[in-house]
Amino acid sequence: MATAAPLPQVEPAYSGSGVWSWLTTVDHKRIGILYGVTAFSFFLVGGLEALAIRAQLMRPEQHFVIGAAFNGLFTMHATTMIFLAIMPLGAAFFNYMIPLMIGARDVAFPRLNAFSYWVFLSGALLMNSFFVVGAFDAAPGWLSQIPNTGWFGYAPLTERQFSPNLAVDYWMIGLQILGVSSLAAGFNFIVTILNMRAPGMTMMRLPVFVWMTLVVQFLVVFAFPMITVGLILLTFDRFFGTNFYISGNGGDPLLWQHLFWLFGHPEVYILILPAMGIVSEVLPTFARKPLFGAPFVIFSGIVIGLLGFGVWSHHMFTTGLGPVADSAFAVTTMLIAIPTAVKIFNWIATLWGGQIVLKSPMYFALGFVALFIIGGLSGVMHASPPVDLHHQDSYFVVAHIHYVLFGGSIFGLFAGIYYWFPKMSGRMLDDGLGKLHFWLMFLAMNVTFFPMHFLGVDGMPRRIFTYYSSDGWDTWNLVASLGAFALGASMLIFLFNFFRALRSGAPAGNDPWDAATLEWATTSPPPLHDFDKIPVVTSSRPFWDAKYGGHGAPKAKQEAVGGHAAADHVVLPNPTIWPLVTALGILIFWTSFMLPDGPVFVVTGFGVLVLLFGLFSWLFEPLE
Amino acid sequence: MQRRASARTASILLGIALASLCFGCSWVLGDTPMSTVHPTTPEGRLIQSIYAEITWIVLAIFIVVEGLLLYAILRFRQKPGDAGVPDQVHGNTVLEVGWTIIPVLIVMAIAVPTLRGTCALQQPPAADALTVNVNGKQWWWEFEYPDYGIVTADELHLPTGRVANLMLRSDNVIHSFWVPRLMGKRDLVPSRGQRLWFTPEQPGWYVGQCAEMCGASHAFMGIRVKVDTPEEFAAWIESQKAPAKTAMTDPGFMAFMQAGCIACHAINFAGSPARQRVGPNLTHIGSHATLAAARFEMTPENLARWLRNPPAEKPGSLMPNLNLKDEQIAMLVSYLQNLK
Repeated sequence: MATAAPLPQVEPAYSGSGVWSWLTTVDHKRIGILYGVTAFSFFLVGGLEALAIRAQLMRPEQHFVIGAAFNGLFTMHATTMIFLAIMPLGAAFFNYMIPLMIGARDVAFPRLNAFSYWVFLSGALLMNSFFVVGAFDAAPGWLSQIPNTGWFGYAPLTERQFSPNLAVDYWMIGLQILGVSSLAAGFNFIVTILNMRAPGMTMMRLPVFVWMTLVVQFLVVFAFPMITVGLILLTFDRFFGTNFYISGNGGDPLLWQHLFWLFGHPEVYILILPAMGIVSEVLPTFARKPLFGAPFVIFSGIVIGLLGFGVWSHHMFTTGLGPVADSAFAVTTMLIAIPTAVKIFNWIATLWGGQIVLKSPMYFALGFVALFIIGGLSGVMHASPPVDLHHQDSYFVVAHIHYVLFGGSIFGLFAGIYYWFPKMSGRMLDDGLGKLHFWLMFLAMNVTFFPMHFLGVDGMPRRIFTYYSSDGWDTWNLVASLGAFALGASMLIFLFNFFRALRSGAPAGNDPWDAATLEWATTSPPPLHDFDKIPVVTSSRPFWDAKYGGHGAPKAKQEAVGGHAAADHVVLPNPTIWPLVTALGILIFWTSFMLPDGPVFVVTGFGVLVLLFGLFSWLFEPLE
Repeated sequence: MQRRASARTASILLGIALASLCFGCSWVLGDTPMSTVHPTTPEGRLIQSIYAEITWIVLAIFIVVEGLLLYAILRFRQKPGDAGVPDQVHGNTVLEVGWTIIPVLIVMAIAVPTLRGTCALQQPPAADALTVNVNGKQWWWEFEYPDYGIVTADELHLPTGRVANLMLRSDNVIHSFWVPRLMGKRDLVPSRGQRLWFTPEQPGWYVGQCAEMCGASHAFMGIRVKVDTPEEFAAWIESQKAPAKTAMTDPGFMAFMQAGCIACHAINFAGSPARQRVGPNLTHIGSHATLAAARFEMTPENLARWLRNPPAEKPGSLMPNLNLKDEQIAMLVSYLQNLK
């Protein structure tokens, strides 16, 4: 490619900004923005659901939201945060940043990438359509239509006998559709990372964020089939009268638990590893040092991913699998503490001897490390089956998951937002407001979730919609609820900062943080084709070495690695609507199962036709 | 100088955090009815010993690691005079090996007592154990003593000094039996008979609750356990074996049949037509301290409130609103109160 004669660069038709340009885009950066905006919107929805939960639990014996509606709130809070907020926020960064960080012009399959997003959006909207459908269902009201069996949807509560209305169907079919999206994206990013690296970008020169993404995509590809199978069996039970999870007829409810957690535990690492990757980029940049022991950080990430498939039954210690199984899963679970500790020590060693620049992305990254330590340590506690007989399904576990997923994943993702926003928008977020956001969020997070450890030790089970004053849980519930409202307020600071920066933020320049990786070598925001010339990589910190010559001595900064020679012949795929049409076919097909009696199979058939038509048109459309 | 100042700041900050943590713990880990750290059985104390050991180890790690982090942040932040870039250190193999081995050793220290406890708690119970079948329902508990032919609900009586062997079963969704001061929890998984055993030592009332989300009124699936002395327990057994103090011609029993209660509830006496096991057995309901899976104290007012509209008191209650008239409710309340 380097030897090809320079050709005039053609601006493709979809550089416009109309709605159609977004519906048909195959540009990884635009798809990244779509993922980010959608995911953040759902993050706010999930947050409001959490606030309603905390409002109900603020005082004993309240009647604000009770019964099935409360169950719906915590089910959708968790499902939304996991599948519609944290996972796709990670996907937003994968999409936007991975091609830039490996020196590529797009992902390996740009149209499959668009398809992933539209399928994700379909599943997300379907799962939340109880708002719309329930509104027309006058009799029981829409609150009874919220999926309400908990985010791990234990059978047989999810069976038709115990959950007769559509609530579980929204959840089950929504998850199934989201799985299609995750699998398509998983394959896409594995191929992208393995095949699209710039010349000289060997595997061990890949940024750690890219490595963690690669591990995550392998986890997705191996873990999602488990839940796909589990959900198909549940679909058959609910729609076609089979008995996979119905014990009276020879099925086994524990089959669901095995399938779900065989997916569900790797899923936890799917949620945390991207944040670990982001932090592994932010810490070195702001300590002005390379990541300490990068190969160890990478390999411990791989080991965490592998071990993640061997620990699922630690979610089932209270089901009585017997001492042999319990012991085995206790030991594998404890083993995960070792690579996790290695990571944390390497992050601290990265800070050691550095010149730490305390800007807002760094605040969030340091907050991640501090809070993740707490979540990791409480995880070690319930790795012990005897202790877990108390912790399981108590507020101690609620505290643990929030230190891991909020203190961990969300702080890591915010570090990413503050770190890469300048690259994506060309403007800076206000650092003072960023720090204010951090401190309020950090304090409120601890005020909300730390008392939940106490509630757990004091015996409060999770998922109860109220309690009595005689239980002795009043004080800490009140504190946790007040913390939650402060947490909500901290998001307002962020939103204000975000929209203000979009309109009038200071120009960022190409490299506002004096960073080391390739995405900072191009303009902010990057051009449609990412790089004028594909960079040639000679080290794990190509842009740093270009600036500092690899010896720590500052040299004249270059605008971009490889300079500004005329652009290579840029081949970019055409915009296309067919991935969206194909996704729509999938949505119609699955939704048809939920329709009331009548010509259901006509709709099913129509969905299949739309799907096939979309695929056919997609296949035969010229690529460029 | 700089280093010492940072170390001092770090240790002061950490000290404040620790002091508030300890103060917080001693203050908050109160003597709540469902406290997980006030066990009263040998089995509960075994859990407690493992729990405590791991907690101290974890707290020590917390202090060391957060302390290192805090120190590094304070000590190595950029100063106005800093020029150039710091030493570009890429790693150190000795350190890596060191901080891999240390967690290995800590994990081993946690794993050994854990595995010992895991096995000890799942041995078969003693041969002379008292077996009770615990049947989880939506949203109440049926307790069946097969050795004595007794069926009761929501309030479990156990004697001190004898292993209680609970056989946990469900014919509906998954529930979890959890009375923290007696023992950790165990799930009632349909199709699988699970077992939970422990040895009550201290007489008194114990509070528990279903711990596995089981539907709309999961929050109202309370458990009460009364641990009796052996003499009290023997007397209780006799009182429970006795038939209900009622008869077919009893006006209260007529009201019970008329209102439709008989479709789901049993009241045991010779020739009784009330034999259903859909809802709790009411033969000695008047002797209970609580009502509707510990939803209420057993008082005439609460009983009337419950009979008037069960789903309003427990969302999704399978006991329907029978639209009883005030006279019917009054009759039933006085009748049920007297079924001691």
